[in-house]
Amino acid sequence: MSHIADRIISDVGLEAGVAGLTTEKIETVVNQMLKGETGAKLRAYKETCMRCGLCSQGCHYYMSHDQDPSYSPVNKATETMYELMEKKGKVEPQRIYEMAQMAYTECNLCKRCAHYCPIGIDTGYIMSMVRRICYLLDVVPQYIRDTAHSHSSTMNQMWVKDDEWIDSLQWQEDEARDEFPDLRIPLDKEGADIYYSVIAPEPKFRTQLIYQAAAIMNAAGCDWTMPSHPGWDNSDMCMFVGDFENMGRLKRAHYESAQKLRVKRIVMGECGHAFRSVYDMGNRWLGHKKMPVPVIHAIDFYWELIRDNKIKITHKYEKPVTIQDPCNIIRGRGLMDKLRDVVHFLCEEVVEMTPNREHNYCCCAGGGVINCGPPFKNTRMTGNRVKAEQLKATGVKDVVIPCHNCHGGIEDIIGYYDLGMHGKFIGDIIYELMEKPEL
Amino acid sequence: MTSLYSFVTGPLAWIAFGIFIIGSVYRLVSMYALAKAKDGSSLAYMSWFYGLRSILAWMVPFKSQGWKSDPLMTVTTFVFHIAFLLVAVFLNAHVVLWDMNFGISIPSLPTAFGDIVSFVAIAGCAVFAYRRLSLPHVKGVTRCQDWFALILVILPFITGVLAYHQIGPVLLMTILHVLSAELLIALIPFTRLSHALFVLFTRAYMGSEFGGVRHANDW
Ligand code: SF4
Ligand code: SF4
Ligand code: SF4
Repeated sequence: MSHIADRIISDVGLEAGVAGLTTEKIETVVNQMLKGETGAKLRAYKETCMRCGLCSQGCHYYMSHDQDPSYSPVNKATETMYELMEKKGKVEPQRIYEMAQMAYTECNLCKRCAHYCPIGIDTGYIMSMVRRICYLLDVVPQYIRDTAHSHSSTMNQMWVKDDEWIDSLQWQEDEARDEFPDLRIPLDKEGADIYYSVIAPEPKFRTQLIYQAAAIMNAAGCDWTMPSHPGWDNSDMCMFVGDFENMGRLKRAHYESAQKLRVKRIVMGECGHAFRSVYDMGNRWLGHKKMPVPVIHAIDFYWELIRDNKIKITHKYEKPVTIQDPCNIIRGRGLMDKLRDVVHFLCEEVVEMTPNREHNYCCCAGGGVINCGPPFKNTRMTGNRVKAEQLKATGVKDVVIPCHNCHGGIEDIIGYYDLGMHGKFIGDIIYELMEKPEL
Repeated sequence: MTSLYSFVTGPLAWIAFGIFIIGSVYRLVSMYALAKAKDGSSLAYMSWFYGLRSILAWMVPFKSQGWKSDPLMTVTTFVFHIAFLLVAVFLNAHVVLWDMNFGISIPSLPTAFGDIVSFVAIAGCAVFAYRRLSLPHVKGVTRCQDWFALILVILPFITGVLAYHQIGPVLLMTILHVLSAELLIALIPFTRLSHALFVLFTRAYMGSEFGGVRHANDW
């Protein structure tokens, strides 16, 4: 069995954070957090866990490291939260470094292990609470901390300035009008049926996705709008950092910007973690049992367009594809059937990975792990050999991936294991196949 | 010796049951109070339907991913728990106790069968011990408390079998058997064996979250 202490990776954020710690500070913060923020759920988990090890095989890290027990869910919980609870926070600063590395970079909060634990222990929740403690201790990997800072200062993930956001939308509208002469990206249209929200990397790096979304909305004749003001970014790295205060601010801004425009509902782009923050984490922090504005994921939206016959495609995608099931919308929100309906509508042949649907393996990028940046890239690559094997076994070249994070993670794995495949958003495929005006 | 016997089967038994009942109620009530105070955003999603659905799904051997992943553990878990309940409630000596002390009469297991079931329960504990000793992913997380719980469970079975087969002084073995059983009963709420109290709730909660919020199966 390996040990976390033997695989410490140098990271500025973790190092600087730990340098500022004293044992007294750790003790105070841990106890305050355990007393003030956690309750029966965590206590029952710790006590009721039978240390049976059944959860081990649920975790892709464990499976990918030749069943190294150090990566099993129960071991991760034992070496972090359970130890903090048992020792009442009396641990050395270096131990916090190890725990932070484990919680931020060796668990994707994907909850796959939930299918394996007879007791019903939620290791993803436990690791989120470890992250919360590390955040309160200011021991956070530098890259993701920077992203969270961007959220808290600009209300978006990528330091996109307010005028740059509007510029990007108008630029895409302008470009698209060459191809679709009557296309508009309506800004701040009050009372629209659809408020379309994206993650900040879309205007920043993948602006063509906004172009494609506009083309689809246009072709389907949707009454839609995008906001010109903060709140447009639905992403949420604060949730993964453990900065729940800012998580709440972000979600409130998102909901409120939609409420201000009195839209009927929010449609989110193809992203998994942002959806989680809306239905599972941010809403709870704000005290909403249900979402104050109905929110649906792009898959749901495409599915409706197909059901209502609003998308016309000229032909089906000819090459065989496989499907990545993003945890946050599949195990997280049950969209597996709709995802399949949409992909089968668009593509001639689908070769499934096994296991799939809610038993899928995570892409290993989720839970903010990819956002911890280059120092931890190898952690993701070696931590998800099983995904590479799954992908390879399908023998196809195209992977349909309806999640931004999964895109990043899977493309990295494809490169690292030299699989010669590539990923596609559903929007990419719809755009490619849809009827376009003859010019 | 006989007075000791009447003490352990009389007052001490009442004390053990008392500790068990009061302890269990206390643990459940205080855990619920804590949940109400601190876990509102989780309690809000508890659902009878999805909770029960999850409990039932996990009662079916080999249905969940977990039960599929380790057949030896699955068989052992089911067989052990069934054997434990059968012996504890329906062994003929115990049936006599229910009748004498509480006036409850229930059918009893045939004697020879009761004996076999006791051995099966002991074998189950042996498998649990084997896993803790030799499987790396179990060994690494095993602590004293886990061993303590296992010993607590196995002792009444071993002493019971010895007493029944008249190995060693019968009266002494019987006293040890009763004592170890009382210790087990009294300590259930305060050791790892408290999973007997909490597992239904943790399972129901996971089932509620998966069914009601996540719209996916949790097995
Ligand atoms: S990565 Fe997923 S399967 Fe592994 S411990 Fe974390 S939540 Fe469980
Ligand atoms: S499967 Fe559940 S009870 Fe068993 S060790 Fe893992 S978390 Fe604990
Ligand atoms: S990035 Fe994709 S696969 Fe990975 S956790 Fe998120 S949704 Fe799951």
